Amino acid sequence: MSDTQTAGQTGFVDRLRNALPLLVLSPSIVLVAIFVYGFILFTFYLSFTDSRILPSFNLVGWKNYENLFRIRAWDTAVNNLMIFGVLYIAICSVLGLLLAILLDQKIRAEGFIRTIYLYPMALSFIVTGVAWKWFLDPGIGLESVMHSWGWDSFKFGWIKDSDFAIYTIVIAAVWQTSGFVMAMFLAGLRGIDGEMLKAAQIDGASTFALYRRIVIPQLRPAFMSAFVVLAHMAIKSYDLVIALTNGGPGTATEVPATFMYSYTFTRNQMGIGASSAVIMLMTIAAIIVPYLWSELREKK
Amino acid sequence: MNGPATHTATGGTGIRLSRVLLYVILGLFCVYYLLPLYVMVVNSLKPLSEITSGGMMSLPDQWTLAPWGSAWSTAQVGVEATGLKPYFINSLIMVVPAVAITTILGALNGYVLTKWPFRGATLIFGLLLFGCFIPFQMVLIPMARMLGLMGLAGSVSGLVFVHMVYGIGFATLYFRNYYAAFPTELVRAAQIDGAGFFTIFWRILLPSSGPIAVVCVIWLFTNIWNDFLFGASFSDFDSQPMTVALNNLVQSSTGVKEYNVHFAGAIMAALPTLLVYIVAGRYFVRGLMAGSVKG
Repeated sequence: MSDTQTAGQTGFVDRLRNALPLLVLSPSIVLVAIFVYGFILFTFYLSFTDSRILPSFNLVGWKNYENLFRIRAWDTAVNNLMIFGVLYIAICSVLGLLLAILLDQKIRAEGFIRTIYLYPMALSFIVTGVAWKWFLDPGIGLESVMHSWGWDSFKFGWIKDSDFAIYTIVIAAVWQTSGFVMAMFLAGLRGIDGEMLKAAQIDGASTFALYRRIVIPQLRPAFMSAFVVLAHMAIKSYDLVIALTNGGPGTATEVPATFMYSYTFTRNQMGIGASSAVIMLMTIAAIIVPYLWSELREKK
Repeated sequence: MNGPATHTATGGTGIRLSRVLLYVILGLFCVYYLLPLYVMVVNSLKPLSEITSGGMMSLPDQWTLAPWGSAWSTAQVGVEATGLKPYFINSLIMVVPAVAITTILGALNGYVLTKWPFRGATLIFGLLLFGCFIPFQMVLIPMARMLGLMGLAGSVSGLVFVHMVYGIGFATLYFRNYYAAFPTELVRAAQIDGAGFFTIFWRILLPSSGPIAVVCVIWLFTNIWNDFLFGASFSDFDSQPMTVALNNLVQSSTGVKEYNVHFAGAIMAALPTLLVYIVAGRYFVRGLMAGSVKG
């Protein structure tokens, strides 16, 4: 639009005026160029160096990556991320969709109920972690409550059990985000064309068939957004693990995010920490880049 | 509003029964989502002995505000017995400027990207947006060095800067999508009347930006207040934000675990975002819905 302005004059003021939009945008571009892309390159570079407690610029090739895949804790972290990621995404999506469909049935007090389902996402994972940590703790939480109510054989010590601790993180994370996923699906449901549904109803389709054949297929974009948001949250999740189990018992709930932090800052293996961060970035990029690509192309 | 529910209005006892069932299920989910909040509130108001004897679910026999007092001003956080108060203040003086600056940048960026298009605008937007999704583990090491070089290491100002940088993407996203729906003819007409870049922004776009500014502010406020990773990585002992201090309080292994104090501290850390959510959450959901229906 800038070139539709009074043509002809090419004074300094005019050139400045034409450049103004870009000038306004440039601080953000510069900041992001340095602090996102520059930093990505820097960490990428570090992952090929022998950096320990401080960054070093001495290149060692793929050594950090080779070491990384030999470390047991990294193995555990990747496995845990798979378990956590799959369950978290699946349960949140199913629960979110179910709640959205239920709430879409012309419910009285819908706004009130929606508020209750959504509020956990306003809380910090650290807060959520504290609440669930003690609630799941067999010493004072659910198990102890059941005992005091007379159910003496009740056992729920997952958080202290290295085989099951990762599932307690799923429990808390699902509690935190499923309401948000519900809101995304609810928005999708509200965007569906009512005429088509009425026509199908007149043809005698049952509610179940209506959802299975018409509504859910139309929610594809909402499913896509939910998947992208949840997957990237799962890969980044750090706070909740720290607050809930601190990676323990032992390394039972280690995930790549906690692994990176401890190798970089407490074990002084910065090169290995950097290479684990690179792998996290690659995983997220594999999900986000195609998504952004399709989103931005559609809109143009 | 025109969901497929319309046909439940046809009546009949089977349908009425299914309505009751529907409300029961929705009610049970309300209990599920409220339970941890109930546990936190109830246990922050009772003496420690009532919690350790298996009474986590019950109301206090003896109501007390002592855990709140302790969490606020005397509890041991790290090495000092300062309570959470100084950290709460750190979080406040971190979140206010960070949110303000980022929102203004986001509004200007959104305005440029939609009303002053140029070659490569979409690419730049895409690159800004990708920055929102990167795992921040990727920037921790260089950022620690950079903050040192800029003289901001271990300070609240350093955290303000970090949150501003990584908030730009989302802020721009919100304003860009919002301004994209704003009639460009109005901007064009104002231009013909001789209005300049900033006049148009100030007089025409800004006055109608209320709804999206609310969404952006809530989003940034909750994210920055709730952040833990940056706080843990880039703050010194006396510049730690609330989340980091709360975690220190809970994880500290010395002495008896004062669960009631932990719960009171957790509520304090949650209160500002909860308040924002309750007061302005309606606009957030509305804004979210408007956004995702379009997208």
